[in-house]
Amino acid sequence: MAYKWEIRLSGTGGQGVIKASVILAEAALIDGHNAVQSQVYGPESRGSATRAEVKISDSKILMPKVVVPNILLCMSVQAFNKYAYNISDGGLMILDGDIGIGEEPPRVQVHRRPIIAIARENMGDELYANTVALGLINKIASLVSDDSMFESLERNFSARLLAANIRAYRLGLEAASHL
Amino acid sequence: MKKCYEKYFRDNLPQIFCAGCGNGIVMGAWARAMEKMGLDNNDCVGISGIGCSSRITSYIDLYTLHTAHGRALPFAIGVKMCKPEMNVFVFSGDGDCAAIGGNHFIHACRRNINMTLIVINNSIYGMTGGQYSPLTPTGHFATTAPYGNIDPAFDLCKLAEASGATFVARGDIYHARQLTDLIVEGHRHKGFSVIEVVSGCPISYGRRNKIYGAPALLKHIKEHSVPVATAAKMGDEDLKGKWRVGVLYKAEAKEYVEAYQELVAKVQGGIK
Amino acid sequence: MANVRLVQGNVACAMGALAAGSTFYAGYPITPSTEIAEHMAVALPKIGGIFLQMEDEIASMGAIIGASCTGAKAFTATSGPGFSLMQELIGYAAMTEIPCVIVDVQRPGPSTALPTLSSQGDVQQARWGCHGFHSIIAIAPSSIMEIYYQMINAFNLAEKYRTPVIFLMDEEIGHLRERFELPDNYKPEIINRKKPESDLEVYLPYINDQSNGVPPMANFGDGYRYHISGLTHNEKGFYSSVPSVVDTEIRRMVGKIEDNVDDIAQFEEIGAADCDILVIAYGSVARSAQEAVETMRADGLSVGLLRPIVLWPFPTDYFTKACIGKKAVVVAEMNLGQYAREIRRVVHTDIPLKSLTRVDGEFVYPDDIIDAVKEVL
Repeated sequence: MAYKWEIRLSGTGGQGVIKASVILAEAALIDGHNAVQSQVYGPESRGSATRAEVKISDSKILMPKVVVPNILLCMSVQAFNKYAYNISDGGLMILDGDIGIGEEPPRVQVHRRPIIAIARENMGDELYANTVALGLINKIASLVSDDSMFESLERNFSARLLAANIRAYRLGLEAASHL
Repeated sequence: MKKCYEKYFRDNLPQIFCAGCGNGIVMGAWARAMEKMGLDNNDCVGISGIGCSSRITSYIDLYTLHTAHGRALPFAIGVKMCKPEMNVFVFSGDGDCAAIGGNHFIHACRRNINMTLIVINNSIYGMTGGQYSPLTPTGHFATTAPYGNIDPAFDLCKLAEASGATFVARGDIYHARQLTDLIVEGHRHKGFSVIEVVSGCPISYGRRNKIYGAPALLKHIKEHSVPVATAAKMGDEDLKGKWRVGVLYKAEAKEYVEAYQELVAKVQGGIK
Repeated sequence: MANVRLVQGNVACAMGALAAGSTFYAGYPITPSTEIAEHMAVALPKIGGIFLQMEDEIASMGAIIGASCTGAKAFTATSGPGFSLMQELIGYAAMTEIPCVIVDVQRPGPSTALPTLSSQGDVQQARWGCHGFHSIIAIAPSSIMEIYYQMINAFNLAEKYRTPVIFLMDEEIGHLRERFELPDNYKPEIINRKKPESDLEVYLPYINDQSNGVPPMANFGDGYRYHISGLTHNEKGFYSSVPSVVDTEIRRMVGKIEDNVDDIAQFEEIGAADCDILVIAYGSVARSAQEAVETMRADGLSVGLLRPIVLWPFPTDYFTKACIGKKAVVVAEMNLGQYAREIRRVVHTDIPLKSLTRVDGEFVYPDDIIDAVKEVL
């Protein structure tokens, strides 16, 4: 059974892909859709390959895991090597920087942006890469309304971090239109 | 029957204790301590683990909880946290407290929760018929130490002090009046009070260690007990194989229930 | 959509406990259950409840039983290795008939195995983990809302039947985040233990004259000074080894749960009554099973789903009847066939039973179940 959006966010432990997936799933709920979020992670909290998954649909979501995503984000080379060739035909692949040049899988729309560099150069911290990625993905795929995303950001970040993350999200939106 | 026995004991005879067992003396000392403190049965909970000494809870007329081997203290913590106004007495033995319950013991000491633990140390597992415990002296005999025990013994009182208990005393069954006073002082102390009672098991310990009969065992205990004041003037060599009796350690430290209540007040008052 | 939230299964479990009126949690950190403790550590002080991090899982069980003696609705949460440590005191709670709830967020085993992955390997341990003669209630929820509602049910059943209740989650459902939304003005139905009405002197904490086998329970501090012991006991609670007393006590204790299976059992059925192939699954795997069954039904196959929500006590008659006339039964689970074994025991021997098993920490996917059904079609 295919759901409308089956999204896999992958990267390295500590990059915040799980947090990004939670924000995206909650935004989808706020938008009035159904959503589930799950993740696979090793026992360590830093450095290992991490993946988080979100399913968004207007029907009830049963099996919670993503088998073949139609949206894939890779934020590290290991994540690309592990997940890049498991994506549905016509799916969207969003890659950070130079990851996977020359190895792009066929029948997939690839969007490549320097996500981590944008975070580092504009926000002064690579930790914002996950929120930049959210803006980028949402602009490219139109998953949820920006308003729902802003509300979800508000629910998931403390007041101290909210403004910076909204800025990071907007950087992601802008990055989508720059080629 | 003495008035305090009528008030604090259940009409639940006969007890299972063997003739000459120290448990009866400890129960008596405890009942007299209760009388001295004027405690109402309805304000007290008795909790025990498994073993001969742990059977005391079926004979004392409180709310009583006879738990699993070694586990009396966690149960007691659950009760005390929910009913801070209750007086909690925990009865344990050397095997129950120092072996299987050793981890719970050090953590209860560390928390310094306001309750009284009475550990009846008869140097042996009595109920199972005389196996060596962590408090059986090295070189003594047990069914599982037929060639003599090679294990060094814990000093339970030192362990209690090092773990954070704020009242530590040792009594013995020969000096029963002193034991009553130690229980009173321990219970009145705010914090976790540990009272080790040097006791005797004539059946499973005495016979195997050539101390025949309850009177001989009592005499043995008397001869090996040294008041702390006297002990202070003695050298280590003279104190070898002896028990220092009396209040061994007393300190003031934050009591756990109070610390928790302060935390609740802080959370409810400030953090949103 | 202000009331709609994305909530993790473990958090929904803690929220359900709070909604049930739980005021006491004692536990020891263990993956993948730790978020439950973390949520309770934040929530309980706010309502004046007690949160304790104990020295191990044995102490955690002891503390919740002690708390329950005073009337608190108490629970703990753990995973496989901790669940193993708790077994003795789960037996103690069963023997002394003290209400409590034990959450086990299952991970593969035995031993440390795969701490961050999912499993349903503790299904038989939940039933038979402690020694001796007892019965138990175990609940296996499949969604975030069901975790919340069934956690309330778990406390209610514990109080109603004076028994430990095992709440069998799995890592998949514990870490899944999903829609959480309560109806407006939702107020759960809360059941409290029956209190004694007798005079203080004649209170029998283990009386045998109640129609449903559950004696009233006085709390420490209520004025009924009585004795609780893990030894076999008479109606007063004191040790007894008289065979007739022991026999009566144990049979009442087991009977109060087994004889009330109709009251305790809960199921969900999708086309189960008139299908050829019946798929049985529970917990997170039931979600894959439902997806598989719906896919196959859309393709015109005669397949139905039966999802037990309460795994224990085992509703023998229900399963026997539900399987009558089936061409085959498929039981899908993340273990080596623990519940399948139970189903096989009660299904007519002429009906083939396919036990679909998985023990590598990977999930059971809908395609796995479709393949299993096609094997027996």
